[in-house]
Order: sequence, then structure tokens, then C-alpha cells
Amino acid sequence: MATEAMEQLARREYKQGFVTDIESDTVPPGLDESVIAFISQKKGEPQWMLDWRLEAYHQWLKMTSPSWAHLDYPPIDYQAISYFSAPKKPEDRPQSLDEVDPKLLETYEKLGIPLHERAALAGVAVDAVFDSVSVTTTFREKLAEAGVIFCSISEAIREYPELVRQHLGTVVPQGDNYFAALNSAVFTDGSFVYIPEGVTCPMELSTYFRINAANTGQFERTLIVCDKRAQVSYLEGCTAPQRDENQLHAAVVELVALEDAYIKYSTVQNWYPGDEDGKGGIYNFVTKRGDCRGDRSRISWTQVETGSAITWKYPSCLLRGNESKGEFYSVAVTNGRQQADTGTKMIHIGKDTSSTIVSKGIAAGKSNQSYRGLVKVSPRATGSRNFTQCDSLLIGDKCGAHTFPYQEIGNSRSTIEHEATTSKIGDDQLFYCKSRGISEEDAVSMIVNGFCKDVFQELPMEFAVEAEALLSVTLEGSVG
Amino acid sequence: MLEIKDLHATVEGNEILKGITLSIKPGEVHAIMGPNGAGKSTLSAVLAGRDGYEVTQGTITFDGKDLMEMEVEERAQAGLLMGFQYPVEIPGVKNIYLLKSALNAQRAARGLDEMPAPEFMKLIKEKIAFMKMDSSFLHRAVNEGFSGGEKKRNEILQMLVLQPKLALLDEIDSGLDIDAMKVVAEGVNSLRDENRAILMVTHYQRLLDHITPDQVHVLIDGRIAKSGDRHLAEELEARGYEWVIEEPAA
Ligand SMILES: Nc1ncnc2c1ncn2[C@@H]1O[C@H](COP(=O)(O)OP(=O)(O)OP(=O)(O)O)[C@@H](O)[C@H]1O
Ligand SMILES: [Mg+2]
Repeated sequence: MATEAMEQLARREYKQGFVTDIESDTVPPGLDESVIAFISQKKGEPQWMLDWRLEAYHQWLKMTSPSWAHLDYPPIDYQAISYFSAPKKPEDRPQSLDEVDPKLLETYEKLGIPLHERAALAGVAVDAVFDSVSVTTTFREKLAEAGVIFCSISEAIREYPELVRQHLGTVVPQGDNYFAALNSAVFTDGSFVYIPEGVTCPMELSTYFRINAANTGQFERTLIVCDKRAQVSYLEGCTAPQRDENQLHAAVVELVALEDAYIKYSTVQNWYPGDEDGKGGIYNFVTKRGDCRGDRSRISWTQVETGSAITWKYPSCLLRGNESKGEFYSVAVTNGRQQADTGTKMIHIGKDTSSTIVSKGIAAGKSNQSYRGLVKVSPRATGSRNFTQCDSLLIGDKCGAHTFPYQEIGNSRSTIEHEATTSKIGDDQLFYCKSRGISEEDAVSMIVNGFCKDVFQELPMEFAVEAEALLSVTLEGSVG
Repeated sequence: MLEIKDLHATVEGNEILKGITLSIKPGEVHAIMGPNGAGKSTLSAVLAGRDGYEVTQGTITFDGKDLMEMEVEERAQAGLLMGFQYPVEIPGVKNIYLLKSALNAQRAARGLDEMPAPEFMKLIKEKIAFMKMDSSFLHRAVNEGFSGGEKKRNEILQMLVLQPKLALLDEIDSGLDIDAMKVVAEGVNSLRDENRAILMVTHYQRLLDHITPDQVHVLIDGRIAKSGDRHLAEELEARGYEWVIEEPAA
């Protein structure tokens, strides 16, 4: 899917007209009110938006950076970051593929990414970096027919201010957490989706079509609103490892599902994990939350996480509507020196709400990962149900996996089921496969894919195939 | 086909095999018997290439190639296949998927394309029926929750699909009921032809009633103490191993 789309893209002409708001002005590193005002002005935002950002900024100033038991990273200097992410100056980027980590290029090759696309993904200064904005136009026509809005968040603030204002921050408030507050103050990129009442979005929406893969934003903000009886399937990310000069990524994703609406949000995250020593890897601190606001609404998160030096994310569901449903299907793979702290929160507020959590963690090399899950059932959410399945698979003996399930059950008329397993790919299992003629790497990927199949079957078809290939590449050389 | 000369092997520094010489020609069936702890499973582990077994002396050639130079999967691809005494469970991996991966890996090593799906399905259906196994076993995870006897049948099913040149069977008869024993034996017999050979470890004459061996070897304390034809097995059944130990090696 990705390859085809990119090839289609490459055949298209680069259209200057669509890039008006990314002139190469840059603000000096550091954050204060004037920087926020500059961003807001650059984006041509109305006053309310600036006020909202400043409010977030003031909350952020009063907060302290969280510390977690199972993540270990040097403190981030927020005054050293430049908050208006103007395009990288060509001279600051690798000048050719020769300057890029050869391991990264090898991976592109194994994933079958075409040559012309590799340079862009690796952040090489190429003259004609195709901007996906041009592709949008084609898709937009089809979407417009259905009444679907799919555009950048900046554009939405200008073109659909009332829709944005009505929903922005209603799921993840400005002061929700340290990174969400920072994001609210300074976000510059991200997507906006609105599906009108009764409409099933005619195609799967993918950020791949919208954002230039080489320059995904550092502080992205995504807002998806599904009106009554509307449906959408949204895909985020791509399987190619993406490089970025920005080490810190703090995105916010808000989903709003009204009565009988269904939002399926799938992510394949493969940020650059750094070189062998973890150098240059991305810190990925994301706040993703879905609000099942209407009765019988449903939100489903599916994610495959393989990249980043450090990942911290808990896609969550607020089950406010009666009989609403939340789902979380996750595969997290860590190798090398990666660290991941992921999980989900299911907050049951409406009556007869249900949630399903299937989390599969795979740790190899010297990596560490934790699953943290909170299932909270409020006193009035009677008749609620949760099923949690949380499995870890260890490859080798230098890695670790930890599970922290939390439950707060406020009434006695709800059912909660929790199952957890930890297993290891045993030498015996590998020997058995090899003694049948299967290579060690194929054996590992066969066992790992078997372990993940409950989650993979939730992914859109093409994504699932890519995800399988991605897992094999990620775990390559993890045994022996 | 298989030439073992003066094979010595150690496990964690303990010498278990103390000079084994054995020659198997295409078309032959050899049985290895011997008391517990004699080194029978060690011999099959060394042949299959399991980690932790160190060959300290001697040579093994398979089809003219030095077996010790080959990786585990290369041995299988070359046609040496081991049926395990204790097959391991692999949760999450469907039996049919393992069969398909193994078959195609072996075909690839021999320069053949993947077997087309319809042909593969036809092959599998035929073999699973032969082993009198329910087709639901194909869709269960490899060996997971299989009974002891079902695991053994499954090992033979793999043999029937993969058609090895040399099948190594370690106590394939243990844990089988009388009917299952027949089915497994028929499976093994169906592999017999002038180009294939079988090396099987067993404790019981019973299996040899169904699969007639060309030669029987008695392994005692890491050495082949005696070899003979199938009548040797009958004699062992009647007299035990003591007399072999007392007799000077033939
Ligand atoms: N790790 C080890 N360290 C020391 N001795 C070992 C080790 N592994 C195996 N052995 C010994 O090697 C000897 C041979 O074992 P093996 O499994 O080959 O016997 P066997 O002939 O197959 O016996 P059985 O009939 O019981 O299956 C045994 O005495 C066993 O205890
Ligand atoms: Mg044994």
C-alpha cells in the first residue's frame, strides 16, 4: 500500500501553491509567550486560539516533568528546543545517503522501500522532496463528495474554527499532563478529521497521504470527530523507520465519537530507535485518548510499536455513553536498548459499557518494557464489562517485561476479567523449528507472529502484512 | 548414506558417547536398543545438531558431506530429519503453518519454488488421513495440549510431508496405545524405499514387530556393544541386557 502510494506520489508534480505557510523563518530556541504568539501568528490563527495556547503554557509552567520507575533518560532541556519547526535547512541535513546510518538504509532495503523514497525518509536534503499535500487534492475530491473533512489542524483552525473550537481540548484538556500541556501551547502540525452524521468514510484515511514522511512534526495535534452514526478508519504512521532531528516528540490525539459512531484508529509506529548505542533515537511521549461520548459509540485503538528510543503512551477510552465500547489492541516490540512504557486506560462511566484490552509485549536484546493498564468502573457504570489479556514474550535473558494492571471497580454489578502470561522463546522451540529446516530468523518471526496474531487481525489488511515484515526486521539478530 | 566413525561426544564435559561406529546404507532400517542412560538420545541429538553436545573425536558423513560442518537447518534441508522423543509445544504457531514453512524452506534449499497452496492442501489432507488424525490438528498450535500419543503421530505426519532421506526416530513408540502403534508403524513403513533409510531408537520388540529392522545395535555405556539382525531384538526382549555386557564385544 505504502509503496504504491509513494510511487503514485513521485509521478506527480510538486505544486508550489500548497506550501504557503511553511516559509523558512525560524525562532531561536526557547519558549516564552512571544514564541507562542509568533507561532499563532505564523499560522494565521484567531485570537481564541492564541488565548488557548497561552492558557496551556501557563499551566505547563506550573507542572514538573514526570519521572517513571521504568524509564531512564537524561533530562530534556526545553529551552534548547526551537518551537517553530521550520523546514530543516538543507545544509543541516545529511547531504546524501552516504551520510546516513548504514543500518537504517539496510532496513529500508529489507522492507522493500523504493530507492527514491529512502532518501526522503532518512531526512536527506533532496531538492524535489515530494510533498504529500499535492496528493491530498485527489483524495479530497472524493472525501468532499461524502462531506468528510480531512486536513491539517492549522488549516482546520482557519477554515472550520467553530468545529475545532467546539471539540479541541474536550478529550485531552490543556493541563492533562506535562507533555499534553506543552503540546497544547506549541503544536504546529497534525490532522483534523470530521465525519458528518450518518456517513461512513469512503476510504481509510492515512496520515501517509497528508504528511511529508521526512518531516513529521515534533508537536502534532490530531483531532477526529465522528458525528452520529458515522464511521471512520484512520491509519497513522508507516512501517519505514523514520528519522528526525527532533529528539522529543510529544503528540496529542483526541477522538470524539457521538451516538452510534465508530472510530478505528490504527498506528504503526516505527521511529528511529537510534544507532546501536541508542544515539539519535526518538523520545516518543504521546497522549492519545478517545471519548465515547454518545450512547453505543465505539472506539478501537490498534497499535504496533517498534521504534523510538523511548516510548511513553497510553491510548485510552472514556466510555461515557451508555453501551459504548472501548478496545485496545497493542503489539509493542523493543530490541537493542529501547525502553517502552505503554498501556491503556479504560474509564467506564456510562451504563453497560464494555472494554477489551489485548496487549502483546515482545522484548529482545537489552530492552525493557512495561505494560500499565487501568480499568476504572465508576459507581453508576453498572453492567459494565472488561476483558484484559496481557502477554509478554521474552527473547534472550537480558531484556525485561513488567506488567502493572490497576483496577478501580466502583460497583458490584460489573465483570472484570484479567489474564496475563509471560513466556520465553525457548531454545527448544527454536531447535525444533530449525531441525525441520527453518532458519532461526524465520523461526523467531514465525513464533512472534503467532504470538501477535490476535492483534494483527485487528489491523487493516495491508497494514497487517507490513506489520509482520516489520516485526521480523525489528527482531533480526535478536537471538544467538 | 550415513557413516559414523569412532564418534566421541561430551555433554558439559562428561563423555557420553565413547566411540561409535555405524554405517547405514540407503534402503536400510536400523534399530538402536539399550538400557536407560546409555546414550541413545545423545546420539540422535548429536546427529540433529543440538547445542551443548560436543564432538571430541571421530567423524560423521551424511551423503558424502561432513555433517559436523552443517547447521541444524542445513541438515534438515539435506534430508536428515529427527522425530523427537519429547516434541516441544509452540503456542501461537499453527501446525499447518509449521508444516508449510518447513516444506517450503526445504524446497527453497533444493532450488524449488514454494509449493502452490492447492497442491499443499491436497498433500496435507492425504497425509493426515493416512495418520488417522483429525484435520482439526492442523489448526491447533504445534503440539500444544496434544496428548503424548498425538504428539508422536504429529512427528510422523511431519515426516510424511517432508519425506526425509534419513529419518531419526527417538522412542517414537513410547506412550502409544496399540492402535496408534500400528498407525505410526504404517507411517514409518510408508517412508521405506530403496533411497531412504531409518534409524530408530526403541526399548521394545513390539515396534520391531511392525517395522522390521535390517540391523539391531545394542548401545551400552556410549558404545555399540553388539550388532545383529532382528533376532537380536527378540533375544534382548527375552534375556535383558546383562548378558551383552558380560560378553566381549563382537
Ligand atoms: N547435561 C548433562 N550433564 C551430565 N550428564 C548428562 C547431561 N545430559 C545427559 N547426560 C547423561 O547422558 C547419559 C545419556 O543420556 P541419553 O538421554 O542419551 O540416554 P538414553 O540412552 O536416551 O536413555 P533413555 O533410554 O532413558 O532415553 C545419561 O546418563 C544422562 O544422565
Ligand atoms: Mg532417550
